[in-house]
Amino acid sequence: MTVPATAPRGDAPATPGFGAFVARARAAGTLVVQPRMGMADPLRMRDGLLATRGAAATTVGTITLDSYTRTGDLAAARSALNEGVGLNGYPIASHPVDVTRAVLRGVSDARFPVQVRHGSAMPEHIIRALLAVGLDATEGGPVSYCLPYSRTPLSEAVACWRRSCELLASLREFGAEPHLETFGGCLMGQLCPPSLLIAVSVLEALFFRQHGLRSISLSYAQQPDRVQDEEALTVLGRLADELLPDVDRHLVLYAYMGVFPRTPGGARLLLEDAARLAVRTGAARLIVKTTAEAHRIPTVGENVTALETAAAAAAAERLRPPLTAVPDTGIEAEARALIGAVLELDTDIGRALVRAFAAGYLDVPYCLHPDNAGRARSSLGPDGRLHWSNVGSMPIAGLSGGPRPPILGSADLLGALSHVQWSYDSRAAETPDLDRTPAAPRELGHTTP
Amino acid sequence: MNQLEPQRGKAEPAGLDVVVTTMASDSHTWNLVFLQLLLEELGHRVTNLGACVPDELLVSECRRIEPDLIVLSSVNGHGYHDGLRVIQALRACPELAATPTVIGGKLGIAGSGEPDRQRSLLAAGYDGVFEEGRSVADFRSFVGALPPAASRALSAPADRALPADRALPADRALPTAARTLPTASASGVLR
Repeated sequence: MTVPATAPRGDAPATPGFGAFVARARAAGTLVVQPRMGMADPLRMRDGLLATRGAAATTVGTITLDSYTRTGDLAAARSALNEGVGLNGYPIASHPVDVTRAVLRGVSDARFPVQVRHGSAMPEHIIRALLAVGLDATEGGPVSYCLPYSRTPLSEAVACWRRSCELLASLREFGAEPHLETFGGCLMGQLCPPSLLIAVSVLEALFFRQHGLRSISLSYAQQPDRVQDEEALTVLGRLADELLPDVDRHLVLYAYMGVFPRTPGGARLLLEDAARLAVRTGAARLIVKTTAEAHRIPTVGENVTALETAAAAAAAERLRPPLTAVPDTGIEAEARALIGAVLELDTDIGRALVRAFAAGYLDVPYCLHPDNAGRARSSLGPDGRLHWSNVGSMPIAGLSGGPRPPILGSADLLGALSHVQWSYDSRAAETPDLDRTPAAPRELGHTTP
Repeated sequence: MNQLEPQRGKAEPAGLDVVVTTMASDSHTWNLVFLQLLLEELGHRVTNLGACVPDELLVSECRRIEPDLIVLSSVNGHGYHDGLRVIQALRACPELAATPTVIGGKLGIAGSGEPDRQRSLLAAGYDGVFEEGRSVADFRSFVGALPPAASRALSAPADRALPADRALPADRALPTAARTLPTASASGVLR
């Protein structure tokens, strides 16, 4: 049976909802691309959303929140607004509801859904704020926004995320289909072997489902090696189909979340590789990075350019033969072992996650959070792929072949963290038709939601 | 407090007890991971306080551990303001009044190595300021110039007897502290 594909922003009435939009784009054979974007000023936020909507690409909008709102310090967000101090995102819980509704009016609809990105371990106030302004799509997770970026006890984050999921899912009573995306496919942004990224992404999706969500996306962040990423995304899709058969779901790829190339050419090559990877592996949505990533928060214009660059690379990749077979290096066996070990601990997935971290069955390498065991170590092998150097107490010893690179020292850690930056900047320098402007000083090489 | 599990077993009896930490508003940790590995490779014992450390926790952990060295690292651009606040709280504790304490990373949002910023951090009580433009080697030589833990223990009573309102903080600054090293730093990737 052939279902006629509906263009995501055609004239026909469209089912509202973030997940439905992405499903229509996928059916039409188009990759959805999305920026990270958040400005404190409502008019600038609206202009940014309009520019995203108007880009020559199939886009969804983003409202990225500021770090005061993220950490629940609403008094600080309020006083920063009053005093005109710059905020690094949109303070959705501090602007009056009418103001944010005005930002979205005529911009956000079934043909241009908008997602709130926040980074909060304790997001209940954010969920309330986004529901109040008529939004219903956001992202995060009880593990992925707790361990890497906060010192909130994991059990508290799990409890808050349970309430938050239930709050978001309550919209379903009114006929809406709220959407939640895992951030588990990113964790520390770099140097985490794919099996653990997949396991946390799937476990967070199962947690969302257990607490009422029925439209879910599973994230995975681009890593240094294309072939390893192809295997990982294939495994993620397979596990999602198997474990979440009854929910609307798609895979979302994050363009590289670690230390980014400094040259515009290197940044563009890396983004184009991400777009091609998304198409080859069936990811329906890509969150882009810009050429400014290594230096500062990007402008709206830089974001639009990144969206259009990614869309063009994705469209070109569609013309190439699809990915047929991927090698099996043990990513699937490891991911299944991790997920299985957690699910056996408790039928309540939140409790199972807390017990799993306490037992070291899940152990995020290089994560300093007090609830992380901190015994696992990973490394970038000479083959350019991510490997475990020490699996700690995770039940995956011996499941994948390949080398066990030695534990990184400080100098090698710096080398591993900047490997992608270095290699893409080098490739750009060897490619004469890419614009090569002199590298500016580095800025935050950090993963923000 | 969770720590990176010692992987190398290089800590030496004469090594220092070091607290590595960031401050309340900073969620970055790769910089802290790097500093811990570096200090452990130099034979020191590290307690790493991790991300977003509130002032009270920072001070209480330092009072509990009574380290030989406190290393504050911040890369979110708020480090200068946060650092001025934190050093006051640390120096107000008699047992920490003379503890060598340094700060580094990307401390402001207006570019690196502003001499005024370094001067005021030193005047506020830091013994060293390692902004992004200064090399890891510079930090290593600062640490290398500290007396070993054993001799510090012997002299500790005298050190720690300094009153909180002691002489000008600049007097305590070690010779390496004010040196500038404008060369690009490998630690830039940690920002």
